[in-house]
Amino acid sequence: MKKDILIAGVGGQGILSLAYVLDNSAVDAGFCFKQTEVHGMAQRGGGVVSHVRLSDRKIYSDMIPTGTADIILSIEPLEALRYLDYLIPGGLIISNSQPFINIPEYPEMDQLEASIKSYNSILFDATKLAKEAGTIYAENMVLLGALSHYISIDTEIMKKWVKNLFAPKGEKIVNMNLKAFDAGLDVVQKWQTH
Amino acid sequence: MKKEILMGDEAVAMGAIHAGIKSACGYPGTPSTEIFEYIMRYVETQKASIHALWSSNEKVAYEEALGASYAGGRSIVTMKHVGLNVAADPFMNSAITGVNGGLVVAVADDPGMHSSQNEQDSRYYSHFACILCMEPHDQQEAYDMTRDAYILSERFEIPVMIRLVTRLAHSRSSVTTKEPLPQVLLPVSDKRSQWVLLPINARKRYSRLLSVQKEMIAYSEASPYNHLEIKENSRLGVIASGIAYNYIMEYCQEKGEELSVLKIGTYPLPVVKIQKLFESVERVVVLEDGYPFIEEKLLGILPHSYKIQGRLDGTLPRDGELTPELVRLAFGEKPKEHEKKPDLPIPARPPALCKGCPHGDLYNALNDAMKIYDGGRVFSDIGCYTLGALPPYNAITTCVDMGASISMAKGACDCGVFPSIAVIGDSTFAHSGITPLLGAVKENSNIKVIILDNATVAMTGGQETMCTGDRMDKLILGLGVDPNHYRILSPVPKNLQENIDVILEEINYKGLSILICRRECLQTAKKKLKSKSEKE
Repeated sequence: MKKDILIAGVGGQGILSLAYVLDNSAVDAGFCFKQTEVHGMAQRGGGVVSHVRLSDRKIYSDMIPTGTADIILSIEPLEALRYLDYLIPGGLIISNSQPFINIPEYPEMDQLEASIKSYNSILFDATKLAKEAGTIYAENMVLLGALSHYISIDTEIMKKWVKNLFAPKGEKIVNMNLKAFDAGLDVVQKWQTH
Repeated sequence: MKKEILMGDEAVAMGAIHAGIKSACGYPGTPSTEIFEYIMRYVETQKASIHALWSSNEKVAYEEALGASYAGGRSIVTMKHVGLNVAADPFMNSAITGVNGGLVVAVADDPGMHSSQNEQDSRYYSHFACILCMEPHDQQEAYDMTRDAYILSERFEIPVMIRLVTRLAHSRSSVTTKEPLPQVLLPVSDKRSQWVLLPINARKRYSRLLSVQKEMIAYSEASPYNHLEIKENSRLGVIASGIAYNYIMEYCQEKGEELSVLKIGTYPLPVVKIQKLFESVERVVVLEDGYPFIEEKLLGILPHSYKIQGRLDGTLPRDGELTPELVRLAFGEKPKEHEKKPDLPIPARPPALCKGCPHGDLYNALNDAMKIYDGGRVFSDIGCYTLGALPPYNAITTCVDMGASISMAKGACDCGVFPSIAVIGDSTFAHSGITPLLGAVKENSNIKVIILDNATVAMTGGQETMCTGDRMDKLILGLGVDPNHYRILSPVPKNLQENIDVILEEINYKGLSILICRRECLQTAKKKLKSKSEKE
């Protein structure tokens, strides 16, 4: 198994929490992993990206080489299109459809959606599902749930690490995030049967 | 033996903790900040007896670490690459004094300038100071090397540098940690001839430093961190230092290719291993994330018959971060095919001041006040407020190094610039703003120094600041600033006109004015609220 996943979003959208669950689940499931992230200046409302590499053999480069990412997972639709030079031809884009607009030249939504749909993509409203699960902050967990369908790590392992991540914040928050995770997984499972 | 998930920075921190450090010193700076923060968290959660509090600047941090070493404790000092410029004086001289307890200086370079004003390569500093430098290629080595660095520091009686680059500093992987060593306190040094650098002592110390160079090279020659693997049929050799080793191995893994590779992890360079590589191949490609440090050394200036490729002959770009793609191209590969670019333009999403940030309110007032002056200039500094250079503010005209706002404003004023305004944050002021202000006070220079006091080191994630609020007021007035021209503003939207008026009033005063813009950083305020609500 080798999966290179590029996670994109805007500073503050919970990319690091998402990566935390992936990293720990990978180790738990016996895989090698490397995961880079962006700090400092780029956090201030700028685009943020994390490279997550999972494999059953040794991983050398911390960065995903261009043209080899299997999946782009994006918490924001514009960011989903920013790193296509990393995506292997025909690779999968999983993206939230809710925009984060903090720049004046943000594209028209219908154009943006049409562009994402022209790729092998799963575009859905993760923000709405997070709200339904109880907290808008769980959109990252919705997307993680969706991603979990495409990587060979047992979802129970991943949910264990979702629990560990949110445990300090109490059972209520844990359950909201687990619900969000399941909602994301449910979306892609149904998507498959379309 | 324990498996842990650690970032490169955190692995260095863990290595130092497990080597039994008594003291950690540092100043925040991307990408080095997390080394120190990890130690601080460890001290808090494990109740460890390690002194770990941020210092005012890198020079102070380095000297504190050297003091700890003098006292017999192991210590670490952390900073970003440009921070080592600030600490260069004690750094260079600590190679002459040498150390007592092991001293490790962990420096994180930023090739590609993700968050920095240059991409200087700290390996030149280690060479300049004639000390050992270790450059890990992964998180495991970052941990192992830092542990070993203490043994080497005490064996050679020199400080040892750990050089990281952004990609390793901020990349996570599994690390197997070993049993922590107990903290040992050596006797306090009483060797005055070692530590009093009068010329008569310094000459002897310098000779001593030069005399251990051979032993340091011998260490490098034998060190497993410098690993030479010769493949019989390979006519192409590679020298790859630090993280560059990952990229060449990624390439070999993908192509199924077998190349002769010399991995470099410690400096001074292992000469015999390099010779062996050159004897077995026809040409050598040198891969380094940073300056062409090794390549320059191999080339020298006199003609020779070796074929050496790298950043200097155009095989790789001379500047910028090394990437797996650049390594592929260097071996004559075509760029990999990737998914096509989107059919609509993707606008950049640059970093920006947070919505409602007090710096934005100050810049709105300052821009308004400055619009009647054609020749005015705003000299800024290093921090979130540097983002005032970008739209919609376009408010600042310079940003060079920590503290340069005040000294450049004074220098420009001395040469006729009016109004000459300095904009500096509270942490940068404590770091390097106080000394230049002393000169401006002495001359009563006609500059207006705006200090953005948001009570935190905001840019690097909200570390504690040295000088804010009342302490700042007392300090600056204590320097002899005229209290009539020490004005405190509250940068909120409803005070816009009032703040413009105060700035104009002070511009019209012919002499030194200090304007304190005091309002808490939004991020810090948010964090406080969050931790309060989580406690409840």
